[in-house]
Amino acid sequence: MNKNGPLEYDYSVSKLFIMNALFVGAIGMLVGVIIAWQMAYPGLNTFLGDGLAEYTNFSRLRPLHTDSVIYGFVLSAVWATWYYVGQRVLKVSMAESKTLMLIGKLHFWIYFVSASLIVTSLLLGWTTSKEYAEFEWPIDLAITVIWLLWGASIAGLVGFRREKSLYISIWYYIATFLAIAMLHLFNNMEIPTILATSPAGETMVGAWWHSVSMYAGTNDALVQWWFGHNAVAFVFTTPIIAMIYYFLPKESGQAIYSYKLSLLSFWGLMFVYLWAGGHHLLYSTVPDWMQTMGSVFSIVLILPSWGSAINMLLTMKGEWQQVASSPLIKFMVLGSTFYMFSTLEGPIQAIKSVNAIAHFTDWIVGHVHDGVLGWVGFIVIAAIYHMSPRIFRREIYSRSLMNTQFWIQTLGVVLYFTSMWIAGITQGMMWRAHDEFGNLAYSFIDTVTVLHPYYTIRAVGGTLYLIGFLMFIYNIYKTTSARRVEEDELQNASPMGA
Amino acid sequence: MDIAQLQAYGYFIMTAGLAIGLYAYIYHLYSKRKDADGVDYENYSNMALRDDVTDTPVNDASSDKKK
Repeated sequence: MNKNGPLEYDYSVSKLFIMNALFVGAIGMLVGVIIAWQMAYPGLNTFLGDGLAEYTNFSRLRPLHTDSVIYGFVLSAVWATWYYVGQRVLKVSMAESKTLMLIGKLHFWIYFVSASLIVTSLLLGWTTSKEYAEFEWPIDLAITVIWLLWGASIAGLVGFRREKSLYISIWYYIATFLAIAMLHLFNNMEIPTILATSPAGETMVGAWWHSVSMYAGTNDALVQWWFGHNAVAFVFTTPIIAMIYYFLPKESGQAIYSYKLSLLSFWGLMFVYLWAGGHHLLYSTVPDWMQTMGSVFSIVLILPSWGSAINMLLTMKGEWQQVASSPLIKFMVLGSTFYMFSTLEGPIQAIKSVNAIAHFTDWIVGHVHDGVLGWVGFIVIAAIYHMSPRIFRREIYSRSLMNTQFWIQTLGVVLYFTSMWIAGITQGMMWRAHDEFGNLAYSFIDTVTVLHPYYTIRAVGGTLYLIGFLMFIYNIYKTTSARRVEEDELQNASPMGA
Repeated sequence: MDIAQLQAYGYFIMTAGLAIGLYAYIYHLYSKRKDADGVDYENYSNMALRDDVTDTPVNDASSDKKK
């Protein structure tokens, strides 16, 4: 920045995170599409030949898919928006403090190196076997450092702010920071095996990087799903709400429908979400009251979730023509709708009698994906589309490409969740079916045969979503050399080429 | 009174307390409309809409220091 020029926001850290989100997003979704086709056609488990089967089979690739889209794609996007929205609503530029800039750059580069280690270690099969927390202890320590750097950045920007009050998005970012810090630390309490002594008295057991959880049995399951469900809450929900509360008003030029409702929903979500994780352990060995509590809190969770979602949709009140005219607003409005949809679907699945059919079936996978593809993915895409013209000072390359992407991806999401609904409920019913003597009516392979067409439809849906994502990357890439725009074109609706 | 009864009473009191607290907060937000700094809550939406670095803050952080 020119020292004598007017003060401007500095988006260099945000730009790094955007590039990483696009890159890792494409890889993570590609791996997802590969494993979806493997489910439909098991022969694809060895698509690079028998010699490399270890690296290409479903079970090796599945954590690579989940972890890269959650912690690679979504977290990069969360941080890209933090380093953008954080500056803007607090009215502080990163260029004003060398320390803040250093923290931001360190945050990115340590994250980037750790992410590469994660990809390598997962491909090599190094895992703690805890779902969504598969990383071994050296990587867990690196994650702690990355998280603390983000915390320092939040504290720094908030500390230097010109705006006394914290905008609602900032509250959601802070909640994300605090909750994930707590979840990461408690779920990853582990002992490196070289420090442990086996019952036979052996010491220095196993590889140096390997570790075992400090919890065992039911306790381990409880901590794991307290973590697992709240990772959904604080990676897929709170930071995404932070994004839409900034990007939807800004892009549409409309004030939030009710700022008070945003405050109420925030506190409601904070109180209720942390108790809902027990619904992952219905009909397991955890105490019955805890299962009931998980169910009840999941139902109550509809209220704050819908409070936010309705607030987002009503922000468009009187301006619905923008949904028709702007593909960027389309992404956000359909994203909010998918948020309403999946926050109703989740509580329904958490009802014990419904869960008796839904548990362990593909319906759960369908639920996750209408949330992540329809809500998280669409809002992240909209956020990056909104930020790009401001960061590159250029118009978005193509409106028609963006529209085409929107419809291709929407079709992809619909094919994905409808096929998984049918597959899941079919599975659940077949597993339970029995004759008058209690003998099971079907064997496992019977369900596999019946589900094959739905697995194929799901893979087609995923492929469409990936194609749309590649169109998105191309559109952003071309934006970097599109027509230059002036400051006054960037106030609200993003400038777009034909 | 055994521990289970204590837990049950504690649970009831906590749930009732949180429900009352929530409704009191809603009543407070909608009846007062303004926060302790005298800013209408709805004005805070402008923090997103007028967010250029040169825009006047909705609630200026430096105003506290001047007081």
